[in-house]
Amino acid sequence: MKVLVAVKRVVDYNVKVRPKADGSDVDTANVKMSINPFCEIAVEEAVRLKEKGVVSEIVAVSMGPKQCQEQIRTALALGADRGILVETDAELQPLAVAKCLKALVDKEEPQMVIMGKQSIDGDNNQTGQMLGALTGMGQGTFASEVTVEGESVKVTREIDGGLQTVELKLPAIVTTDLRLNEPRYASLPNIMKAKKKPLDTTNPEELGVDITPRTKTLKVEPPAERQAGVKVADVAELVEKLKNEAKVI
Amino acid sequence: MSILVIAEHDNAELKGATLNTIAAAKAMGGDIDVLVAGAGCGAVGEAAAKIEGVNKVLVADNAAYEHQLAENVAKLVADLGKDYSHILAPATTTGKNMLPRVAALLDVQPISDIIAVESADTFKRPIYAGNVIATVQSSDAIKVITVRTTAFDAVPAEGGSAAVESVDIADDAGVSSFVGEELAVSDRPELTSARVVISGGRGMQNGDNFEMLYKLADKLGAAVGASRAAVDAGFVPNDMQVGQTGKIVAPDLYIAVGISGAIQHLAGMKDSKVIVAINKDEEAPIFSVADYGLVADLFEAVPELETKL
Repeated sequence: MKVLVAVKRVVDYNVKVRPKADGSDVDTANVKMSINPFCEIAVEEAVRLKEKGVVSEIVAVSMGPKQCQEQIRTALALGADRGILVETDAELQPLAVAKCLKALVDKEEPQMVIMGKQSIDGDNNQTGQMLGALTGMGQGTFASEVTVEGESVKVTREIDGGLQTVELKLPAIVTTDLRLNEPRYASLPNIMKAKKKPLDTTNPEELGVDITPRTKTLKVEPPAERQAGVKVADVAELVEKLKNEAKVI
Repeated sequence: MSILVIAEHDNAELKGATLNTIAAAKAMGGDIDVLVAGAGCGAVGEAAAKIEGVNKVLVADNAAYEHQLAENVAKLVADLGKDYSHILAPATTTGKNMLPRVAALLDVQPISDIIAVESADTFKRPIYAGNVIATVQSSDAIKVITVRTTAFDAVPAEGGSAAVESVDIADDAGVSSFVGEELAVSDRPELTSARVVISGGRGMQNGDNFEMLYKLADKLGAAVGASRAAVDAGFVPNDMQVGQTGKIVAPDLYIAVGISGAIQHLAGMKDSKVIVAINKDEEAPIFSVADYGLVADLFEAVPELETKL
């Protein structure tokens, strides 16, 4: 079966971002960009399903400026078969991304869409669920285990109290949590091979999607700083402070 | 203006997260209705009706909603929610799973995890793992929002007497079914609502050593959490993880034991009222957010702390 994997270009997780001085946005000038870690897990899961013989073709999709090709190439180096870039320099909010993905799902007709549960920039955790609504597919979000069984997929989900398993009819959407797998590193030969794999480019207009933003960011600011407190000499002093100064025990 | 709040519950009990979400709704202003969708959840509806400030409780009692399957509940919420100006749910795994699906059905861009209400259409929310706070304004006709419960003080669970109406809509999308659940059983309080939380990190070295923390927790009536490093190393199960991608906690007292203080972890606990860090590395970043830092070997300090309390 065919799987569509969505990958997002984000500020690398090792970079500590800061608001711009005028508070209009986050300063992303000259910072390292990478594939969103949750999306990397999504690619890995698709590749593992292919290695098991469950999946026959993996299509990696990314959206945004031309440079998103880099993240698609990363996915291709990890084992995806071909890429699609939905190119735009305009701001893409999760609803617009879900609508573009819906248009691609209609065209490609995958049996499964695997994507990260959230991106580490916007921290929205929305797109997979919204694609579920737009396509009418079932959603296995925050997945820690994915098992395809005939015409359905069993997804074990990380929930607040522990784990929950649901069964979804295919086609279905899976969003990945951290413990689903540990992504491999791309080997040099595979990185070279990835350069030759097909990568098509389209755009929201061609897909017939209106991407007009629905929310406006008025301001970004650093969070209230917490001040470092004091070092205590020993356990006795700690207990004394907690009892008499902080009064929390 | 009217606000629909989706109740968090397990068909038997109303969860506290609902009360924090109603507090956020109050800050927006307008009539507040609560939806209880579940199966055999009549008692939850009764409990919701007693919450202070609730106008009306809608109870959708149907087998299709028993396990909060997003495919089914989202349809119901979208059907009912059309007549409201705001739809709110707590930013729990249940709320996060279901509400974006509702939003897309209503053609709305949802707003996740709000920590402050500036006005009826403008909210603050953390982005980049809490390193940046964004103020966002929605232009959608209906605002669909998940609420970070630790950012809003719970409204009183008693004092109201709202009318309870049953809703006769059975939306079974027919694409998903519940297979099973493995829920952690514990006599200790729940992580997200505990007054005291004790968390262990990679410094605990293995899962058995967490026993030390459980003992201390029982003395303090505390919940026990863990850093992502401890969970990834397999010391403890994932539902104990505190951090950006785990649970967000803000107890009165947070004790971090053998945790270095990665940004990922700080994002989940830095709003705690008092933070204590016990770590043998005095350069550990956790000390930069701790009110009280103790540079010590945790294997000596924790048992000593337990005996001194």
